[in-house]
Amino acid sequence: MQERLANSFDPFVLPYTIGLVFILTYLFIALIRVVKALPNDDKLKLLKHIFSLKIFKSGWEIFMECLLHRKIWKKNWTLGYMHTAFAFGWFLLIILGHLEVQIYAPHRLNLPWYPIFFRYFMMETQSTMQGAFFFFMMDLTLLYVLSGLGLAIFKRFRRKAFGMKRTTKLRWNDQIAVLALWSIFPLRFLAESFYSEISGGSFLTAGVGSIFHWFYDFTANEIYVRPIWWAYSIALGVFFIMLPWSRFTHILSEPLFIIMRNAGIREEHRNSGYGKVEIYSCSRCGICLDPCQLVSVASLRDSAAINYTRHLRLWKSEKAHQAASTCLMCNRCTQACPVGVDTAALKLNTKHELVNLHTTDQYNYLNTNAGADLQSVPSSVDVIYFAGCMTHLTPATKLAMTKILEASGEQFRFIDEEGSICCGRPVLLAGARKSANELMEKNTELFNQTHAKTLVTSCPICYKFFKENYDLNMRVLHHSQYIQELLKEGEIKVNPTAAKIVFHDPCELGRNSGVYDEPREVLKSVGQLQSTAYDGEESLCCGHSLAAEALPYRKRRVMSEDAVEKLTTNNPDILATACPACKKAFSETNKVEVKDLAEIVAENLV
Amino acid sequence: MINFGYKRNESATLDLDVDNSELYKKMLEEEPSSATCISCGTCASTCSAGQFTDFNLRKIMLLCKRGDTQSLEPIINRCMVCGKCQFACPKGLNTRHIVLILNKHLNAGKIS
Repeated sequence: MQERLANSFDPFVLPYTIGLVFILTYLFIALIRVVKALPNDDKLKLLKHIFSLKIFKSGWEIFMECLLHRKIWKKNWTLGYMHTAFAFGWFLLIILGHLEVQIYAPHRLNLPWYPIFFRYFMMETQSTMQGAFFFFMMDLTLLYVLSGLGLAIFKRFRRKAFGMKRTTKLRWNDQIAVLALWSIFPLRFLAESFYSEISGGSFLTAGVGSIFHWFYDFTANEIYVRPIWWAYSIALGVFFIMLPWSRFTHILSEPLFIIMRNAGIREEHRNSGYGKVEIYSCSRCGICLDPCQLVSVASLRDSAAINYTRHLRLWKSEKAHQAASTCLMCNRCTQACPVGVDTAALKLNTKHELVNLHTTDQYNYLNTNAGADLQSVPSSVDVIYFAGCMTHLTPATKLAMTKILEASGEQFRFIDEEGSICCGRPVLLAGARKSANELMEKNTELFNQTHAKTLVTSCPICYKFFKENYDLNMRVLHHSQYIQELLKEGEIKVNPTAAKIVFHDPCELGRNSGVYDEPREVLKSVGQLQSTAYDGEESLCCGHSLAAEALPYRKRRVMSEDAVEKLTTNNPDILATACPACKKAFSETNKVEVKDLAEIVAENLV
Repeated sequence: MINFGYKRNESATLDLDVDNSELYKKMLEEEPSSATCISCGTCASTCSAGQFTDFNLRKIMLLCKRGDTQSLEPIINRCMVCGKCQFACPKGLNTRHIVLILNKHLNAGKIS
């Protein structure tokens, strides 16, 4: 094996080299800007993470997600294969290409184009065992990538075969980048095939090359096929230059995003450093479109997570805010996202940047007469029950809870029987963080005064907020968890019935707080719990979430009706839920009897 | 004074010559559902903030239609945006959005 050309340079390497220099410079500047935008304690977290053993965990995650696309495999095998073929296949080509240079021409490693156009500069490398091995591996990998490309083209015509009903449209910038990406590998394949008579090749390139040779002897007139190398180099250069301006930015930002996320960095006020990386990590793959009920049921495509991140990338903050304020924050998109982009958190930040209704005297009235009732709670009470604003609109739930609490013999106090102030999560979801803080302070003061050990609430919105954002001296339980505890300890007993029950997981309780099992255990003890295709993490949103302040009522209604229809395909007797908002949304449709699980338990108490 | 269980509002004068419907027009534009309000008062009767203050969404809608921004300004941000009124509203108005829009236009200068 030997070098074919003495000077190791040909003008066709220029487009590739220019593209590479551009993208590396861009990456360097972007990295500095992102890290600079992080708050100081986040910078420290990042440093600590990089210099700890946990970095290996991040490395493993980068390998599994960025190269192998494990989460896409879980969704659909064909889709997973396609993404892996491009990412992992290309990665292998780069690694093997560099190994070849390392072994055969180590002094050329300083030339960035050398491993890429190796077969143009070298010849007869397949004559050794090593050479044959590498040529075989390179051909096999190229075939692997080409098979992925074939699937990608097929997907443009029949995406249903890949488990996707909807996908994104390509804008002009994405079109250029996709065309460049798609042409890289066939051009490489053609160039190497034409040159296989000179440089050698394996089963794929040499095989096809000999067919070409049968038509015409390119070895003698190499000049005729040189343009293929130019085209290959230009395709690479164009792809690199389009990287920052297209959906493929995620190739650069996703590894950084994974490291930052594992370092524990979260942004809770505005989308600066981490938020930007998260936005650029969205690959616009469109996997979040099908789960999003705003898209699939309410035909509000502009509110979809991918369109929101697109608005942010294009600095259209007004449009981004509009998308954020119609989003239900049910988190079905985040759950489906193969990258793990938490758009609900990003959307909340967008709202916080634009909405503020706090004035110094906003909630002055809270200090004068709110919670007078709470101050009289006797110190002997262990359990305080907070129904929550919404539960007062579905009084059957609070009556059922009172009945259950009385039956359990527990010393309890219904602290918002005469009404209360809001927990603050709805106003936070609307974007007004400072106002929410004021409500939180007041509630914390009132709850802590009671010296109770347990706070039970019937509203998952309150539950999530009390549990995660409040600093309370007591444990916080949703009523489904508390009832399950009472049943387990034998404090209350129920008569099992033959009623067929379907349970709908409220978003705030299930996906957003991780409470899935307790309500199911409670329902299993009183009736025949049926499973649906929308259990647990796959749960639907009822459409009446408080996050979407600008979503019109008719859109909400369409979504509740659709959800009820999907949940009642097996004709259950009762559609059970554990959230007053879901209960209200579903009962409006008049399709099936809707009950809170507390009601079902209270009706069947022994 | 004897407590009759209700209180008398100060008498007010409506000047119909003055057209100050700018705020109402903005509200209609940003939240079209506000046009369907029938002033039934369900929102006011369920309101959490209404337990402690004079906050009354029906009154706010009327003041907004009349263009009485002066009376609106001091009370509009007393709302806790909890959403009870939205669930109770028989016409399905996006009441939370209405309150947020009015806040945006009226209280922009006062925000801390």
